[in-house]
Amino acid sequence: MEFKTLLTSVAIVAFSAGVVSAQEDATLAIEGETILTSAAAPAFADNLDTVYSGWLFRKLETRALQMDDFDNPAFVFVDQGIDLFEKVDGSEGKACASCHEDVEDFAGLRPSMPRVEDGTLVTMENLVNDCRTERMGAEPWKYTGGKMTAVTALIGLQSRGMTVDVAVDGNAAPFFERGKELYYQRVGQLDMSCSNCHEDNYGTMIRADHLSQGQINGFPTYRLKNAKLNSAHARFKGCMKNIRATPFKVGGDEFKALELYLKLRISSSNIKTKSATK
Amino acid sequence: MKNIFMITAVSVLSVTIAFAETAPSDVTFNDGAVMASLVGAPGDAAAGRNTFKNRKQGNCLACHMNDDMPAEQFHGEVGPPLSGVGSRWEEAELRGIVSNAKMMFDGTIMPAFYVDSGYERPLKKFDGKSILTAQQVEDVVAYLLTLKD
Ligand code: HEC
Ligand code: HEC
Repeated sequence: MEFKTLLTSVAIVAFSAGVVSAQEDATLAIEGETILTSAAAPAFADNLDTVYSGWLFRKLETRALQMDDFDNPAFVFVDQGIDLFEKVDGSEGKACASCHEDVEDFAGLRPSMPRVEDGTLVTMENLVNDCRTERMGAEPWKYTGGKMTAVTALIGLQSRGMTVDVAVDGNAAPFFERGKELYYQRVGQLDMSCSNCHEDNYGTMIRADHLSQGQINGFPTYRLKNAKLNSAHARFKGCMKNIRATPFKVGGDEFKALELYLKLRISSSNIKTKSATK
Repeated sequence: MKNIFMITAVSVLSVTIAFAETAPSDVTFNDGAVMASLVGAPGDAAAGRNTFKNRKQGNCLACHMNDDMPAEQFHGEVGPPLSGVGSRWEEAELRGIVSNAKMMFDGTIMPAFYVDSGYERPLKKFDGKSILTAQQVEDVVAYLLTLKD
């Protein structure tokens, strides 16, 4: 079963009580296009039968915001992304658009990230900064900063509705294993793992928050709480601080591995036939 | 003269013993329960009620519903509702559950509130500390005991 998702900057997270359960029948249609919000979980996710989009766990008002690009506050930042994409910067006198004439050509990129290149795990942020430093002669952007999230949101948006398709070939296996280990490792003074909240207890309220499965396909995500786009690594960091753990470095090996693992959990690929699960 | 000295010394010593707190690493569990008060005296239920709901202290409401606090918004659902919990459990069991719930419920998500080591990567400012003090644990236990059916 495919899991077509709200890839990109269209996801919104609200922090107020929701009565909605993940199991409820709800259809997410954005600009007339229906987007799948649940699918069978991959075989390696031992404790999950079904993966659910974070959208299902949001309040009805918040869900509605996400169904209309005009109402969706994330699009203010996508517009900033368009400007940044076209802006010349750096010693080579180039903009992103100098090499990538049409941003729509990036359709299909987000669903395949992160990916392994020459033995290293590469994220979308890495690709953007590689272009800036190596091809434009410009300063790298801050990994979770506003310019980075605006442009990664713009690039991600080109793949909206496409199926997540992260490769799980042999090269990715060690990163997958590391990500899995981190997902189940208890940390912090509160001594909890990601799985304690997002696998064992999704669908329940934790104080004012309706716990979702912590899916990352919608990232970078606009959060009503801080009124900006938030990258996946910034979200991981926030969750770790909440359990009073010293977060791993944004853009570092641990969070990149975690990102790959989480992306795979919503991947439609027939995981069993690939080597990563062994 | 000598005698008076001796007596004073002994009585100071006994006062100290009576009020010595049990350090987190010295707490002993019997089937998940902790028999003796951590501070050598009963806790204060009213203070415990505040510790229970305070987000920076117990934040118990994050995971447990509590009928005794209808004015508080947002009761969590991760753990069982605590209404009537004082009728279901003995004082020693409640002390054990609050101090380190993992000793009562294997692999539980509920944090151990009176443990100051053994956890990984704590934020620096919490390193070597327990979430609650011995007094706060006793206060919460005293409060839980007031939640009768
Ligand atoms: C104490 C509980 C708790 C723990 C532990 C926890 N989280 Fe979260 N997380 C939350 C809450 C609450 C939210 C906001 C509501 C929601 O979407 O679940 C959230 C949101 C998220 C989101 C955003 C989901 C969305 O749809 O917007 C991601 C991604 C995430 N968490 C990943 C993680 C990862 C990775 C870890 C481990 C490093 C982790 N979380 C640990 C409580 C937790
Ligand atoms: C992150 C979630 C979480 C927090 C925070 C939490 N608990 Fe719990 N608690 C649980 C869960 C889950 C259980 C059920 C035990 C199990 O099976 O894991 C539980 C069980 C209990 C029980 C036994 C209830 C019964 O009826 O059997 C008591 C008493 C209790 N908790 C008290 C507290 C107190 C007091 C606090 C705060 C100082 C607290 N809890 C904070 C999750 C939590």
